[in-house]
Amino acid sequence: MATRLMFENSCEVGVFSKLTNAFCLVAIGGSESFYSTFEAELADVIPVVKTSIGGNRIIGRLCVGNKNGLLLPHTTTDQELQHLRNSLPDQVVVQRIEERLSALGNCIACNDHVALAHTDLDRETEEIIADVLGVEVFRQTIAGNILVGSYCSFSNRGGLVHPHTSIEDLDELSTLLQVPLVAGTVNRGSEVIGAGLTVNDWTAFCGSDTTATELSVIESVFKLREAQPNAVVDEMRKSLIDSYV
Amino acid sequence: MAQDAGMFTVPQTVGSVLCCKCGIPMAPNAANMCVACLRSEVDITEGLQKHVIISHCPECDCYLQPPRTWIKAQLESKELLTFCVKRLKNLNRVRLVNAEFIWTEPHSKRIKVKLKVQKEVLNGAILEQSYVVEYVQQDHMCDSCSRVQANPDQWVAAVQLRQHVTHRRTFFYLEQLILKHDAAARAIRITQMDQGIDFFFGNRSHAVKFVEFVGKVAPVRSRHDKQLVSHDPKSNNFNYKYTFSVEISPICREDLICLPPKVAVSLGNLGPLVICMKVTNSIALLDPFTLRHCFLDADQYWRSSFKSLLTSRQLVEYIVLDVEVVSSEVNVGGSKYVLADAQVARVSDFGKNDTIFSIRTHLGHLLNPGDYALGYDLYSANNNDMELDKYKGLVLPETILIKKSYEEKRLRKRSKPRSWKLKSLDMEVDDSKGRTDQEKMNKEYEEFLRDLEENPELRFNISLYRNKDYQPSEMASVTDGEDVPSVPLDELLADLDLKSDDGEGDDSMRE
Repeated sequence: MATRLMFENSCEVGVFSKLTNAFCLVAIGGSESFYSTFEAELADVIPVVKTSIGGNRIIGRLCVGNKNGLLLPHTTTDQELQHLRNSLPDQVVVQRIEERLSALGNCIACNDHVALAHTDLDRETEEIIADVLGVEVFRQTIAGNILVGSYCSFSNRGGLVHPHTSIEDLDELSTLLQVPLVAGTVNRGSEVIGAGLTVNDWTAFCGSDTTATELSVIESVFKLREAQPNAVVDEMRKSLIDSYV
Repeated sequence: MAQDAGMFTVPQTVGSVLCCKCGIPMAPNAANMCVACLRSEVDITEGLQKHVIISHCPECDCYLQPPRTWIKAQLESKELLTFCVKRLKNLNRVRLVNAEFIWTEPHSKRIKVKLKVQKEVLNGAILEQSYVVEYVQQDHMCDSCSRVQANPDQWVAAVQLRQHVTHRRTFFYLEQLILKHDAAARAIRITQMDQGIDFFFGNRSHAVKFVEFVGKVAPVRSRHDKQLVSHDPKSNNFNYKYTFSVEISPICREDLICLPPKVAVSLGNLGPLVICMKVTNSIALLDPFTLRHCFLDADQYWRSSFKSLLTSRQLVEYIVLDVEVVSSEVNVGGSKYVLADAQVARVSDFGKNDTIFSIRTHLGHLLNPGDYALGYDLYSANNNDMELDKYKGLVLPETILIKKSYEEKRLRKRSKPRSWKLKSLDMEVDDSKGRTDQEKMNKEYEEFLRDLEENPELRFNISLYRNKDYQPSEMASVTDGEDVPSVPLDELLADLDLKSDDGEGDDSMRE
């Protein structure tokens, strides 16, 4: 189910929040309505955590994560790091990395299995990503843009990329990511998908300016219509129970 | 290139996305909206004028461009389109791609222009939109038309052209020159006066331009003056009437001149008796006995303004009895002359008495025994010239021949119509003095036409037109001896015949 919302009069929801299958990070906003929307949707399924990174509210663009881990830039303060470690479930490894390109959310896009990385990312960072997030890393560009995290957004079910992506590129990416991809827009024709939209396997949040057409595209490509949160989380819980025993 | 380096480049085909508003598949663009949605979203013609009022003068078909310029333009012409587009404010916000007229009824006083503009909208998408601007035409007489209406004879500048001689040859020639160069196109009125012509203009600069033109073609001196007509004390506007008095030198072609001693000395002791060969903006003088020539320009002439001794009115016909060439051909300023000794007798004397003159003449290249020539009869002339008296001991020749005469042959031709004709200026003739003699004028005009026929260099500056009434004569080939000089056909210009308005074309075809 896709929800439309606004953060302090801005439609760039993906800038101020980070949604994965295991947790959700939300920026500290002036009004509580942003947080309450996420909470209403996700509270009983995954933890929704209010945070800042390095004192900034643009947390969606600074960090990257999936159900296995969360990577933070070197600008994160120790208090924030500790807060996150405390609030998130134990199986989510929270790691701060030293990387010149500190806007990790712009440089890396990932789901639970595959990640696309900025072409100029350090070798060590790539290894850390593969290690912490448990994903296979591919250096790619999207429609000629190197900021893959900004111009695409994908979950385990599907993905949405920059509208100017050519058909050959789309096929190539789709093969790499092993998910169906569609070129489209969000927030009334905006090409910056990663900033306008945040998605996981059963729900998505996008800016209020998103038109009905765009919303229907999002819902169809991410397969949100029939998705039930419980089914996905139950799978995760099963593995948890196993470990106790 | 990447291909040359051996790199494999993937062919890129552009995919299609759904329009974010209406959902139809389209190629992605900067706004990611289909054109229809974009148009409905953004109106780039917002804030642009759609309705403008322009002033139009019904008399002269001009449009007002404030504050004071009136632009002449036809309906649906390029000038009108430029004017209409200029009248639109705020058009610099958008880029104008195309402008064209939409047809409206000519009497509806509405002009419709369709403009196509481009502007950048949203994130870099350029949108093109066309819209219609309607101009309402309000009638308002322009300043010049209202002035003409108020007082049709009103002129602002007048040029009074005068030459103090007894004939009008110079003015006939000047008239043709003015017609050829269109110098009097801006004159509102032209009046023929005694010893001259008056030109009236609506603007001082037109008059100045005309005076300069005359100064280039004739040796003139001029002075000007102005008279206050009205004065607006609040805005300090003064309206004047300007008058230019232009005097042409009285020296004409074929005149016999006795140079004042000072002038003769300054020209290198040119013999006091000289003939004037050509008058343009400088006077060409030729000494017929030494074949020396010189030029006097307007300033030099007016400093020592001398008059001619004898003018072409006083030419007498002679018959040439014998010619003996003395010197070889000399090229004087473009024309050839040969010094010769000749024996001539006046036609009036010929057969009656034996008065024969032996003279020296410069026309040795033209004359043969038995020819007729025109010259000045100094033998029987009674000269009352102060300059002549200054020369003590000057021996005057008896006769100075000026040109060859074709009178006999002309009589034989019996006034057949010429193959060419001239146009004339639209002049009012001032009959108030009552001294115009129509017959005299006709005779002078006929002589002027003959002059044109005989002198190709005179024709150089004039446009001659083919005479439609002329038929070449059937008995053409019977010629004995020389033919009367006539204008070769290829020098004539054909008249432009506009069948839509008056049959006799008023416009001329320029080469």
